[in-house]
Amino acid sequence: GHYGRGSTNAHTHTHTMAVFSLYVVNKAGGLIYHRTFVKDVRLFDDNTYLRVASTFHGMHAIARQLSPTKGSSGLSSVQADTFSMHCFQTLTGTKFFVVADLHARDVESLLQNVYEVFVDYALKNPFYEAEMPIRCELFDINLDATIAGYNSKVL
Amino acid sequence: MSAGGSGVPPSILDRPIPRGKSEVSLSAFSFLMSSVIHYFQERVDDVLELEKSLENLGFGIGVRFLELCSFRDRHSKRELKLLSMLQFVSSTLWRTLFGKAADSLEKSVDHDDEYMISEKDSLINRYISVPRDMGTINCAAFMVGIIRGVFVSASFPCEVSAHYVATEGEKLPRTVYLMKFSREVIECDSV
Repeated sequence: GHYGRGSTNAHTHTHTMAVFSLYVVNKAGGLIYHRTFVKDVRLFDDNTYLRVASTFHGMHAIARQLSPTKGSSGLSSVQADTFSMHCFQTLTGTKFFVVADLHARDVESLLQNVYEVFVDYALKNPFYEAEMPIRCELFDINLDATIAGYNSKVL
Repeated sequence: MSAGGSGVPPSILDRPIPRGKSEVSLSAFSFLMSSVIHYFQERVDDVLELEKSLENLGFGIGVRFLELCSFRDRHSKRELKLLSMLQFVSSTLWRTLFGKAADSLEKSVDHDDEYMISEKDSLINRYISVPRDMGTINCAAFMVGIIRGVFVSASFPCEVSAHYVATEGEKLPRTVYLMKFSREVIECDSV
Protein backbone atom coordinates (compact mmCIF):
# COMPACT_ATOMS: atom_id res chain seq x y z
CA GLY A 1 0.00 0.00 0.00
CA HIS A 2 0.95 3.63 -0.11
CA TYR A 3 2.04 4.17 3.45
CA GLY A 4 3.41 7.64 3.06
CA ARG A 5 0.86 9.35 0.89
CA GLY A 6 -1.81 11.20 2.79
CA SER A 7 -0.73 10.00 6.21
CA THR A 8 -0.75 13.56 7.44
CA ASN A 9 -3.58 15.73 6.21
CA ALA A 10 -2.17 19.15 5.34
CA HIS A 11 -5.33 20.91 6.51
CA THR A 12 -5.27 19.62 10.06
CA HIS A 13 -1.50 19.55 10.23
CA THR A 14 -0.55 20.70 13.68
CA HIS A 15 2.96 19.35 13.94
CA THR A 16 5.78 21.33 12.46
CA MET A 17 9.23 19.81 12.35
CA ALA A 18 8.29 17.03 14.74
CA VAL A 19 9.17 13.37 14.76
CA PHE A 20 6.06 11.22 14.34
CA SER A 21 7.24 7.68 14.80
CA LEU A 22 10.27 5.45 15.27
CA TYR A 23 11.02 2.02 13.86
CA VAL A 24 13.87 -0.24 14.94
CA VAL A 25 14.79 -3.05 12.54
CA ASN A 26 17.21 -5.87 13.32
CA LYS A 27 19.92 -7.01 10.96
CA ALA A 28 17.67 -9.64 9.40
CA GLY A 29 15.09 -7.02 8.47
CA GLY A 30 12.61 -7.86 11.23
CA LEU A 31 10.80 -5.10 13.10
CA ILE A 32 11.81 -5.18 16.74
CA TYR A 33 10.28 -1.91 17.91
CA HIS A 34 7.76 0.61 16.80
CA ARG A 35 6.31 3.63 18.52
CA THR A 36 4.19 6.60 17.47
CA PHE A 37 4.74 9.83 19.36
CA VAL A 38 2.02 12.16 18.14
CA LYS A 39 -1.69 11.88 18.50
CA ASP A 40 -3.47 12.70 15.26
CA VAL A 41 -1.62 10.58 12.73
CA ARG A 42 -3.11 7.49 11.14
CA LEU A 43 -2.27 4.23 12.83
CA PHE A 44 -2.04 0.83 11.17
CA ASP A 45 -2.37 -2.81 12.21
CA ASP A 46 0.62 -4.83 13.36
CA ASN A 47 1.19 -6.61 10.06
CA THR A 48 1.42 -3.34 8.16
CA TYR A 49 4.18 -2.14 10.46
CA LEU A 50 6.07 -5.40 9.97
CA ARG A 51 5.75 -5.05 6.18
CA VAL A 52 6.86 -1.43 6.25
CA ALA A 53 9.95 -2.35 8.23
CA SER A 54 11.05 -5.23 6.04
CA THR A 55 10.29 -3.24 2.86
CA PHE A 56 12.44 -0.40 4.13
CA HIS A 57 15.16 -2.88 5.00
CA GLY A 58 15.09 -4.15 1.43
CA MET A 59 15.12 -0.65 -0.07
CA HIS A 60 18.02 0.27 2.17
CA ALA A 61 20.06 -2.66 0.91
CA ILE A 62 19.20 -1.97 -2.73
CA ALA A 63 20.12 1.70 -2.37
CA ARG A 64 23.51 0.69 -1.06
CA GLN A 65 24.17 -1.50 -4.06
CA LEU A 66 22.83 0.99 -6.60
CA SER A 67 24.89 3.83 -5.23
CA PRO A 68 27.42 5.16 -7.74
CA THR A 69 29.83 5.99 -4.95
CA LYS A 70 31.85 3.26 -3.33
CA GLY A 71 31.27 2.48 0.31
CA SER A 72 27.80 3.94 0.44
CA SER A 73 25.97 3.13 3.60
CA GLY A 74 22.53 3.03 2.05
CA LEU A 75 19.47 5.21 2.58
CA SER A 76 19.96 7.93 5.12
CA SER A 77 16.95 10.06 4.35
CA VAL A 78 13.88 10.10 2.16
CA GLN A 79 12.03 13.29 1.32
CA ALA A 80 8.40 12.93 0.32
CA ASP A 81 5.64 15.51 -0.21
CA THR A 82 4.27 15.58 3.29
CA PHE A 83 6.88 13.85 5.41
CA SER A 84 10.49 12.78 5.61
CA MET A 85 12.20 9.62 6.80
CA HIS A 86 15.64 9.44 8.31
CA CYS A 87 17.66 6.33 8.96
CA PHE A 88 20.68 5.47 11.04
CA GLN A 89 22.35 2.09 10.73
CA THR A 90 24.67 0.81 13.42
CA LEU A 91 27.87 -1.12 12.82
CA THR A 92 26.03 -4.32 13.66
CA GLY A 93 23.28 -3.77 11.10
CA THR A 94 20.50 -2.55 13.39
CA LYS A 95 18.53 0.27 11.77
CA PHE A 96 16.77 3.12 13.52
CA PHE A 97 14.47 5.09 11.28
CA VAL A 98 12.02 7.85 12.02
CA VAL A 99 9.11 9.28 10.11
CA ALA A 100 9.19 13.01 10.66
CA ASP A 101 7.75 16.24 9.42
CA LEU A 102 8.98 17.45 6.06
CA HIS A 103 10.96 20.26 7.63
CA ALA A 104 12.49 18.35 10.52
CA ARG A 105 16.07 19.38 11.25
CA ASP A 106 19.00 17.78 13.12
CA VAL A 107 17.37 14.39 12.88
CA GLU A 108 20.80 12.75 12.61
CA SER A 109 21.75 13.87 16.11
CA LEU A 110 18.32 12.82 17.39
CA LEU A 111 18.92 9.37 15.94
CA GLN A 112 22.29 9.27 17.72
CA ASN A 113 20.51 10.03 21.01
CA VAL A 114 17.95 7.33 20.31
CA TYR A 115 20.81 4.92 19.64
CA GLU A 116 22.31 5.83 23.02
CA VAL A 117 18.99 5.14 24.74
CA PHE A 118 18.94 1.76 22.97
CA VAL A 119 22.49 0.92 24.07
CA ASP A 120 21.76 1.93 27.66
CA TYR A 121 18.31 0.51 28.29
CA ALA A 122 18.12 -2.42 25.90
CA LEU A 123 21.67 -3.69 25.33
CA LYS A 124 22.71 -3.22 28.96
CA ASN A 125 19.57 -4.96 30.14
CA PRO A 126 20.45 -8.58 30.97
CA PHE A 127 16.87 -9.60 30.21
CA TYR A 128 16.93 -8.30 26.65
CA GLU A 129 17.92 -10.79 23.96
CA ALA A 130 19.71 -9.27 20.99
CA GLU A 131 17.77 -9.04 17.70
CA MET A 132 14.50 -9.76 19.55
CA PRO A 133 11.55 -7.35 20.07
CA ILE A 134 12.42 -4.67 22.58
CA ARG A 135 10.21 -4.92 25.64
CA CYS A 136 12.05 -2.82 28.20
CA GLU A 137 10.11 -0.35 30.28
CA LEU A 138 13.08 1.96 30.84
CA PHE A 139 13.71 2.04 27.08
CA ASP A 140 10.13 3.26 26.48
CA ILE A 141 10.35 5.87 29.24
CA ASN A 142 13.68 7.31 28.15
CA LEU A 143 12.83 7.15 24.45
CA ASP A 144 9.61 9.09 25.07
CA ALA A 145 11.59 11.68 27.01
CA THR A 146 14.19 12.02 24.23
CA ILE A 147 11.57 12.43 21.50
CA ALA A 148 9.44 14.74 23.65
CA GLY A 149 12.51 16.89 24.22
CA TYR A 150 13.15 17.09 20.47
CA ASN A 151 9.52 17.70 19.56
CA SER A 152 9.00 20.39 22.16
CA LYS A 153 12.13 22.25 21.07
CA VAL A 154 11.02 22.71 17.52
CA LEU A 155 7.36 23.62 18.01
CA MET B 1 57.44 -10.42 40.44
CA SER B 2 56.78 -7.42 38.27
CA ALA B 3 56.68 -7.97 34.54
CA GLY B 4 57.46 -4.35 33.71
CA GLY B 5 59.71 -3.18 30.93
CA SER B 6 58.47 -5.53 28.23
CA GLY B 7 55.35 -3.49 27.43
CA VAL B 8 53.10 -5.92 29.29
CA PRO B 9 50.88 -4.03 31.74
CA PRO B 10 51.48 -4.96 35.40
CA SER B 11 49.09 -7.49 36.84
CA ILE B 12 46.42 -6.11 39.16
CA LEU B 13 47.87 -8.36 41.86
CA ASP B 14 51.15 -6.45 41.74
CA ARG B 15 49.58 -3.08 42.28
CA PRO B 16 50.22 -1.63 45.73
CA ILE B 17 47.19 -2.10 47.93
CA PRO B 18 47.10 1.33 49.53
CA ARG B 19 46.69 3.06 46.20
CA GLY B 20 42.93 2.95 46.00
CA LYS B 21 40.52 5.22 44.17
CA SER B 22 40.25 3.82 40.70
CA GLU B 23 37.21 4.30 38.53
CA VAL B 24 35.63 1.76 36.26
CA SER B 25 33.39 2.62 33.36
CA LEU B 26 29.72 2.17 34.25
CA SER B 27 29.13 0.63 30.83
CA ALA B 28 31.82 -1.98 31.46
CA PHE B 29 30.32 -2.77 34.85
CA SER B 30 26.82 -3.02 33.38
CA PHE B 31 27.92 -5.43 30.66
CA LEU B 32 29.83 -7.50 33.21
CA MET B 33 26.75 -7.57 35.46
CA SER B 34 24.68 -8.71 32.46
CA SER B 35 27.13 -11.54 31.81
CA VAL B 36 27.00 -12.56 35.48
CA ILE B 37 23.20 -12.69 35.36
CA HIS B 38 23.20 -14.72 32.14
CA TYR B 39 25.75 -17.08 33.69
CA PHE B 40 23.50 -17.71 36.69
CA GLN B 41 20.32 -17.88 34.61
CA GLU B 42 21.64 -20.94 32.81
CA ARG B 43 22.37 -22.71 36.08
CA VAL B 44 19.28 -22.11 38.16
CA ASP B 45 15.66 -23.19 37.91
CA ASP B 46 13.80 -20.19 39.21
CA VAL B 47 13.95 -16.52 40.03
CA LEU B 48 14.58 -17.02 43.74
CA GLU B 49 17.65 -19.14 43.04
CA LEU B 50 18.92 -16.46 40.67
CA GLU B 51 18.62 -13.85 43.39
CA LYS B 52 20.33 -16.18 45.86
CA SER B 53 23.23 -16.72 43.42
CA LEU B 54 23.67 -12.98 43.02
CA GLU B 55 23.55 -12.53 46.78
CA ASN B 56 26.19 -15.20 47.37
CA LEU B 57 28.45 -13.58 44.80
CA GLY B 58 28.06 -10.25 46.57
CA PHE B 59 28.73 -11.80 49.97
CA GLY B 60 32.27 -12.79 49.03
CA ILE B 61 32.88 -9.28 47.75
CA GLY B 62 31.58 -7.73 50.98
CA VAL B 63 33.94 -9.82 53.10
CA ARG B 64 36.95 -8.84 51.00
CA PHE B 65 35.87 -5.24 50.84
CA LEU B 66 35.87 -4.91 54.61
CA GLU B 67 39.39 -6.36 54.76
CA LEU B 68 40.62 -4.02 52.06
CA CYS B 69 39.06 -0.93 53.60
CA SER B 70 40.43 -1.73 57.03
CA PHE B 71 43.88 -2.29 55.57
CA ARG B 72 43.84 0.94 53.58
CA ASP B 73 42.68 3.03 56.52
CA ARG B 74 45.67 2.49 58.80
CA HIS B 75 44.09 4.36 61.67
CA SER B 76 40.86 2.48 61.73
CA LYS B 77 39.92 0.25 64.60
CA ARG B 78 37.38 -2.51 64.53
CA GLU B 79 33.90 -1.03 64.87
CA LEU B 80 32.12 -2.24 67.97
CA LYS B 81 29.03 -0.08 67.86
CA LEU B 82 26.26 -0.94 65.42
CA LEU B 83 25.60 2.69 64.49
CA SER B 84 29.25 3.26 63.49
CA MET B 85 29.14 0.13 61.38
CA LEU B 86 25.92 1.29 59.74
CA GLN B 87 27.51 4.63 58.97
CA PHE B 88 30.56 2.89 57.56
CA VAL B 89 28.33 0.98 55.16
CA SER B 90 26.06 3.84 54.17
CA SER B 91 28.87 6.31 53.58
CA THR B 92 32.32 4.72 53.19
CA LEU B 93 31.22 1.55 51.40
CA TRP B 94 28.80 3.43 49.19
CA ARG B 95 31.32 6.16 48.38
CA THR B 96 34.01 3.68 47.45
CA LEU B 97 31.69 1.65 45.24
CA PHE B 98 29.44 4.33 43.76
CA GLY B 99 31.23 7.63 44.26
CA LYS B 100 28.64 9.01 46.64
CA ALA B 101 27.09 8.16 49.99
CA ALA B 102 23.73 6.42 50.18
CA ASP B 103 20.74 8.75 50.19
CA SER B 104 19.52 7.86 53.64
CA LEU B 105 20.11 5.67 56.67
CA GLU B 106 17.08 5.12 58.87
CA LYS B 107 16.10 3.11 61.90
CA SER B 108 12.79 1.32 61.74
CA VAL B 109 10.10 2.69 64.04
CA ASP B 110 8.30 -0.61 64.35
CA HIS B 111 11.21 -2.95 65.02
CA ASP B 112 14.27 -2.13 67.09
CA ASP B 113 16.37 -4.66 65.20
CA GLU B 114 15.77 -3.21 61.72
CA TYR B 115 17.54 -0.45 59.82
CA MET B 116 17.14 0.79 56.25
CA ILE B 117 19.57 2.24 53.75
CA SER B 118 17.93 3.74 50.70
CA GLU B 119 19.14 5.02 47.36
CA LYS B 120 17.30 6.77 44.56
CA ASP B 121 19.20 5.48 41.57
CA SER B 122 20.82 2.10 42.08
CA LEU B 123 23.77 1.79 39.68
CA ILE B 124 23.18 -1.93 39.49
CA ASN B 125 19.58 -1.55 38.36
CA ARG B 126 19.91 1.65 36.36
CA TYR B 127 19.70 0.00 32.96
CA ILE B 128 17.68 -3.05 33.95
CA SER B 129 13.99 -3.44 33.05
CA VAL B 130 12.58 -6.65 34.45
CA PRO B 131 10.16 -8.36 32.05
CA ARG B 132 6.77 -9.15 33.51
CA ASP B 133 7.29 -12.90 33.35
CA MET B 134 10.33 -12.69 35.62
CA GLY B 135 8.15 -11.69 38.51
CA THR B 136 9.67 -9.71 41.33
CA ILE B 137 13.35 -10.36 40.78
CA ASN B 138 15.59 -7.57 41.94
CA CYS B 139 19.18 -7.59 40.73
CA ALA B 140 20.08 -5.46 43.71
CA ALA B 141 20.36 -8.90 45.38
CA PHE B 142 24.02 -8.50 44.41
CA MET B 143 24.28 -5.43 46.65
CA VAL B 144 22.30 -7.23 49.35
CA GLY B 145 25.08 -9.81 49.40
CA ILE B 146 27.82 -7.18 49.59
CA ILE B 147 26.13 -5.46 52.53
CA ARG B 148 25.55 -8.73 54.33
CA GLY B 149 29.15 -9.82 53.70
CA VAL B 150 30.42 -6.64 55.35
CA PHE B 151 28.19 -6.89 58.43
CA VAL B 152 28.61 -10.62 58.98
CA SER B 153 32.40 -10.55 58.71
CA ALA B 154 32.45 -7.58 61.11
CA SER B 155 30.53 -9.75 63.59
CA PHE B 156 27.14 -8.11 63.22
CA PRO B 157 25.07 -11.04 61.95
CA CYS B 158 22.00 -9.98 60.03
CA GLU B 159 19.59 -10.72 57.22
CA VAL B 160 19.43 -8.21 54.38
CA SER B 161 16.76 -7.76 51.74
CA ALA B 162 16.14 -5.26 48.94
CA HIS B 163 12.80 -3.62 48.19
CA TYR B 164 11.43 -1.14 45.69
CA VAL B 165 9.59 1.66 47.43
CA ALA B 166 7.60 4.15 45.41
CA THR B 167 8.31 7.64 46.68
CA GLU B 168 6.21 10.76 46.28
CA GLY B 169 7.60 13.16 43.74
CA GLU B 170 9.98 10.64 42.25
CA LYS B 171 9.23 8.93 38.95
CA LEU B 172 11.09 5.73 39.66
CA PRO B 173 10.91 3.78 42.92
CA ARG B 174 13.79 3.97 45.37
CA THR B 175 15.78 0.90 46.32
CA VAL B 176 15.65 0.26 50.06
CA TYR B 177 17.98 -2.26 51.73
CA LEU B 178 16.45 -3.61 54.92
CA MET B 179 18.86 -5.01 57.51
CA LYS B 180 17.48 -7.13 60.33
CA PHE B 181 20.12 -7.77 62.97
CA SER B 182 20.12 -10.79 65.25
CA ARG B 183 19.01 -10.34 68.84
CA GLU B 184 22.52 -10.65 70.26
CA VAL B 185 23.71 -7.69 68.18
CA ILE B 186 20.94 -5.45 69.50
CA GLU B 187 21.48 -6.59 73.07
CA CYS B 188 25.27 -6.11 72.94
CA ASP B 189 24.80 -2.71 71.43
CA SER B 190 22.48 -1.41 74.11
CA VAL B 191 24.98 -2.18 76.87
